[in-house]
Amino acid sequence: MVEVLRDAWLIAKKDLAIEFRTRSAFFSALVFALLGIVIFYFAWDSSAVSAIDLAPGVLWVIFTFSGMLGMHRSFSVEQPDRGIDGLLASPVARESIFLGKALANLVFVVAVQAVAIPSVALFYGLPLGNVWLPLAGIALLAAIGLVSVGTLFSAMAVNTRLAELLLPMLSLPFFVPVVIPAAQATAKLMSGRPVGDAGAWLKLLLAFDIVFVVACTLAYPFTLEE
Amino acid sequence: MTNESGAVVVTANLSRTFGRRKAVDGVTLAVDAGNTLALFGPNGAGKTTLLRVLSGLLKPTSGFARIGDTKLPGGPEIRRRVGVISHHTLLYEALTARENVEFTARLYGVRDFREATERALGRMRILDRAETPVRALSRGLRQRVSIARATVHEPQVILADEPFTGLDILGAAALSDLLNDLRHHGAAVILVTHNVDEGLALATHAAIMDRGRIVVTDETVGLDKQTFADRYRQLVAQDG
Repeated sequence: MVEVLRDAWLIAKKDLAIEFRTRSAFFSALVFALLGIVIFYFAWDSSAVSAIDLAPGVLWVIFTFSGMLGMHRSFSVEQPDRGIDGLLASPVARESIFLGKALANLVFVVAVQAVAIPSVALFYGLPLGNVWLPLAGIALLAAIGLVSVGTLFSAMAVNTRLAELLLPMLSLPFFVPVVIPAAQATAKLMSGRPVGDAGAWLKLLLAFDIVFVVACTLAYPFTLEE
Repeated sequence: MTNESGAVVVTANLSRTFGRRKAVDGVTLAVDAGNTLALFGPNGAGKTTLLRVLSGLLKPTSGFARIGDTKLPGGPEIRRRVGVISHHTLLYEALTARENVEFTARLYGVRDFREATERALGRMRILDRAETPVRALSRGLRQRVSIARATVHEPQVILADEPFTGLDILGAAALSDLLNDLRHHGAAVILVTHNVDEGLALATHAAIMDRGRIVVTDETVGLDKQTFADRYRQLVAQDG
């Protein structure tokens, strides 16, 4: 197990180094997230819908779609010179490859969230003072579920001609069980309720995280091209 | 081809199909430690597929293959013993030559990965470009990095698919020295190439593959190179 995690960390570091050098996917996701926030802001009629009601939805729509940009990149960086063959021919466990990719995607999504959450608070005039820590926890929990599913489907879609279309088509239905509790818990926190009120949603989110991380890690070796 | 019981790479009646097409069709071969098999064949003969099966990237459809004592596709312990030089470089363009090789060394669990990286890059005479991102290297220099990457863990089996592609005279000489050196240290090498002179110069055994089958095998000692080359050209012409 230690070896699996060590190899996963190696692969994640490699992916993050590549992203840090190219910055292509991160900036695309960030621009997408900020544009989304701005568009929602100008489409918002504050006399009809309150900021507290709208902001959680905006936040999770943005996380879902901007995260997908990073997840698509995750296996496409392996394509130009078939780096994936190098990984598969090496002695690392297939599970390490998946966990490494998922870990890099998690860092990517969390980095986008770190910019998007304050931006939403700023645009919609929401005070994050007391809730920023539990909100960050919800964002992290949801990110774990999203990247598990997204990484698996990215691996499946990358060898197809319609990878960019296939990834959202496959992923989005599986994102729903993560996004619903995350959005509900976010709404409760933002409306000033105590964390305990969101407890049921958080438990559901945690349960889906565990299921998705385990199931996707075990399923990944079966997605490999034969 | 060799003494099968002591061979490092053994296949028996090995086949791999894609749909109804048999890319590898009943291949039987054995390569001993310290031997090099040069494998020739026209395009589409199944050479690359055979190497992909032996490297564990593809599962055989039928037949048997083993590396050492372990039956393929095997697990991490078998992949640790094999070095793959592919058509593709298997490199990451955004990383430097050193980072690429070091990453591989660490994946293979090489203890002194920094020293091993230095040695591998030095053997391919590319140390002076070690800090250059791969995307800024020429095709030939990338190939040298790719070879350094494939051999950084001192593999006991080397599967080389047209490794001379893109190399200049210096690079080709470095590769020849490397393959000979590894072979003298007991590695078994399967070298796929279209260049008969180059292949026969490095090999202890030679084989020609056509339509998925091994159709000619011979030891290179005492081999009439002209006859062998003529046979190969004849096969390529027939397939063309």
